[in-house]
Formats: sequence, C-alpha cells, structure tokens
Amino acid sequence: MNIVETLEKLWNDSGFQSFFVDGGWKNLIMIAISCVLLYLGIVKKFEPLLLVGIAFGCLLVNLSYFGPESTDALYHPELWSQFLDEESEFYHSYGHVMAHGGLLDILYIGVKAGIYPSLIFLGVGAMTDFGPLIANPKSLLLGAAAQMGVFLAFFGAVCLGFTGNQAASIGIIGGADGPTAIFLTTRLAPELLGPIAIAAYSYMALIPMIQPPLMKLLTTEKERKVKMEQNRNVTKTEKIIFPIIVAMFVILLLPSTAPLVGCLMLGNLWRECGVTERLSDTVQNALMNIVTVFLGISVGATTAASSFLNIKTLMIIALGLTAFAFSTIGGLLVGKLMYLLTGGKVNPLIGSAGVSAVPMAARVSQMEGQKANPSNFLLMHAMGPNVAGVIGSAIAAGFLLAVFGK
Amino acid sequence: MNFTLLAAQTADSGTKMEIGDAAITAIFGYGVVFFGLVLLMCVLYITGAIFKSKDAKAKAALENVKKEVEAKPLAVTPADQPEAPGSAGHVKLHGVPDKEAAMIMAIVADKMQTPLNELRFISIKEVK
Repeated sequence: MNIVETLEKLWNDSGFQSFFVDGGWKNLIMIAISCVLLYLGIVKKFEPLLLVGIAFGCLLVNLSYFGPESTDALYHPELWSQFLDEESEFYHSYGHVMAHGGLLDILYIGVKAGIYPSLIFLGVGAMTDFGPLIANPKSLLLGAAAQMGVFLAFFGAVCLGFTGNQAASIGIIGGADGPTAIFLTTRLAPELLGPIAIAAYSYMALIPMIQPPLMKLLTTEKERKVKMEQNRNVTKTEKIIFPIIVAMFVILLLPSTAPLVGCLMLGNLWRECGVTERLSDTVQNALMNIVTVFLGISVGATTAASSFLNIKTLMIIALGLTAFAFSTIGGLLVGKLMYLLTGGKVNPLIGSAGVSAVPMAARVSQMEGQKANPSNFLLMHAMGPNVAGVIGSAIAAGFLLAVFGK
Repeated sequence: MNFTLLAAQTADSGTKMEIGDAAITAIFGYGVVFFGLVLLMCVLYITGAIFKSKDAKAKAALENVKKEVEAKPLAVTPADQPEAPGSAGHVKLHGVPDKEAAMIMAIVADKMQTPLNELRFISIKEVK
C-alpha cells in the first residue's frame, strides 16, 4: 500500500479540496447562508418547522455537490434537468432519478410530483375553522383583494426580464402560502424553487414586522379603534356543507386548483363531519409532521450554489417583499372601502389578514387593533379574511397554472 | 451516468413576455380571483340565508308555543286528582309512560335553560 497515493486519493475525494477548484468557493458562501438560515429558524424562530429543514437541506447539498462529477452527492441538479428536457431520453423518467439519484433526489420526487404541498394542505384543512368565513362571507372580498401583490409582483418580474413562467412563480410569493408557492414553482419554474421557497417562508415569518407599518400608514386612529359586532353562530351542518360547496365551485371554475383545494377541503371535511376524528387527528399531526420533514429538506436541496448564487436570487427576494407589501395594501384598501360602505362597522385592519399566512396575519390584525383600542378583539373577524386568503391564493395559483402550465 | 452540461440545469422555464401582455394577464388574473371568490360569497350567502330561515322558523315555533301556553287559561284540574304543592296543573299523557314523560320534561327544561317549575306542559303525545 502506497501511503502517499492513498492520502492523495483521500484528499482528491474529499469535499475540502473541492472548495479550492472550479467555483467551489460558492459552496462556502452557501454553507454560510445555510448557517444564517439555521440561526433564523432556531434562535429567531422564523417558521422553524420548515426553515430548519430547508436550511439543513441547503447545508447537505452544498457539502456534497460540487458539480456533475460529484457522484456521491445527495442531490443532482443534472438529473432533474434531464428529467425536464423534452429531448432527453430521461424526460419525465422518475425511474432514472430513482436509479441514479441520491437520498435528496428521491425525497424531491414528492415535491416534483406535487405530493407534499397537497398533503400539507390536507393537514391545513383539518386544522382550519372556516366558521368565521361562513358567518361573514364578505371576508372573501378581503381574501381576493389581498392577492394584489401576486399579480403586481408577476408584472414587475416580467419587467425585470423573467420569463412568464418564472414571473408567475415569483408572484405567488405574495399569496403568503408556502405550499402553494412550492406547488406552482415546481410546475412552472423548478429552477427557481430554492430562492422562492426561502423567500416565501422568510417573509411569512416576517409578517409581524412587514405589516404593522403599512397598517398604520394606510389607516387612521379612528378606523383602527372600530369594534366589530360579534359574528352569528354557524351551525354544524353549514360547516359540513362548506368544504363540499367550495370544492365543487372552485375546482369547476379552475380545474388546475384541484390538488390543493381538493386536499384542503377534504381535510376540513374530516375535521367537521364528526365521524372521522381519527383521520382528522392523523392529518393534523402525524402526517403533517412527516410531510414537513420531507418537504423542508428536499426544498433545501434545490439551493445548490451553482443555481442559487446569482443576481436572479436577489431580484426574487426583492420582488417577494414587494409582493407581500402590495398584498397587505390590497387587503387594507378594500377593508377601508368596506369601512366606508358599512358606515364604520368594519375595522379595515382585518383586510391585511387576507394575505393568508394563517394564523399569523390574523394575530397581527388583532395586535394592531388592541394597540388602538385595548377592548378591541378582532381575531375572529380577521380569521375570515385569513382563511379566505388561503382559497384566494389557491385560485391565483390555479389561474397562473392554467395560463402558463403545459 | 451521462450528465448534460451544468449550464442546462439553470435554463429558464417558459418564454419571455411582452410587458403589455403581462399587464393584461395580471389584471385578468386579479379579476378571475375576485370572480371566483365573489361567486363563492354568493353561494355562502344563499346557504346562510337558508339556514337562517330554518333557524328563524324553529324560533318562531318555539315562541308560538310559549305564547299559547301563556294565553291559555290553566287547565281544569279534575276534582278527584289533588294537585301537588306548587303544581302548574296536570299534564295529559297520550300513550307515554310517566317515567318517559318526566324525562322529556326534564330535557325540554334543560334545552330551554329554564327551571322546570317555570314551564307548563299541557300534554305529551307520542307521534307514531
């Protein structure tokens, strides 16, 4: 055994030497970024359930993937480019990915096939009480208005030179709905999945910082002080009928929303029907946790340095913030309109909750309302637009998928 | 493994759009979202109205029963049946055993959240 040769082989096989050749320094930057994301998730508690997994996926891929020659990598971007290349013999071949992929490639199949976001929606549906929305259907207008950022960011992205598919994926960040953003991006612009997922989840965590200044800017003290009347009681039968009606209307209107809206409403039906407690409990807890593990780590894997470190990522982060801000503004403006039309019975602060991000955005409305008037309780009123935002962002995604999907 | 060039993985999906087309798509998309949710709002208002009217009918029926009870003079007590202290009169039972009648009266009092001694039952009949 030649010790020098063996040591040389070990060095050449090691990841350490890869940092010094052919753009390996980019991996070092990505490792630093993954550490920052881990810090934000663990210490600052920014959407930790997903961000910690995404950050660790980012760390793993940048420790193991240094280019096409990294055959031991956990994730291989080339496999997925072949998967998407219509002229490749491996076009849409999951078998090829299974045979040659690493662990994260195989887990990523669930993202690519749209399975994880749909299963997350199943759990979200089972955890959501649509009662406030059923009691006050006008909330749906606020949920619709708060999709303004989606379409403004889409337009802005086209102006900045992104393709239609990429612009649609960037715009959906404004829907403030992580699973929807991932679902749409994997279908329209998978090459942008990493930055879009990170931007979406980071901004969702930053809602308590992004929204309050806009809420104060666009509403008067008098408007913020408005106390709203208690909503009517919603019967059990109404709650059972609701998911069936929504599934029928929304899926018939936009069939491309079927995976998301179908799962959301099935989860909600299991919650409300009263005869499937075991299933409701499973999708809310066990299944949701399992899928979150796979989703986080496999989305993180798409942040290979070679595709993440470019000017587009910075533009996506800027456009994502714009999308969030304008979605908040859209909700607030329609909230103000409702305040005027109802003679001051609607507190416009509930409009900002239309950006989805359940229940964080509703909590922000509650906190701002209480700051203006300590006896104000807006939480249940804000939950209506908040859950309407989930349906609204799914419809926006369905529209974009119908326009840009193949 | 036959890998393609690394550059291929960052190939852009889709094609570039004209700014005018993008503006029209954005406005149309926003409109579709509104249309979908307004449609849903109308459906929710209709179902809500149906349930509210059912609820109102049930309440009205209950009110009518209450009014009837208040308006009617106390039932004539058969002379041969002495009333218990504090009794509001006798209840006529049609094919209902005493025990079941007692349970029904207790349940009604509980549901109405009214003490049993403040209610008056005229008759209880089993509907077959």
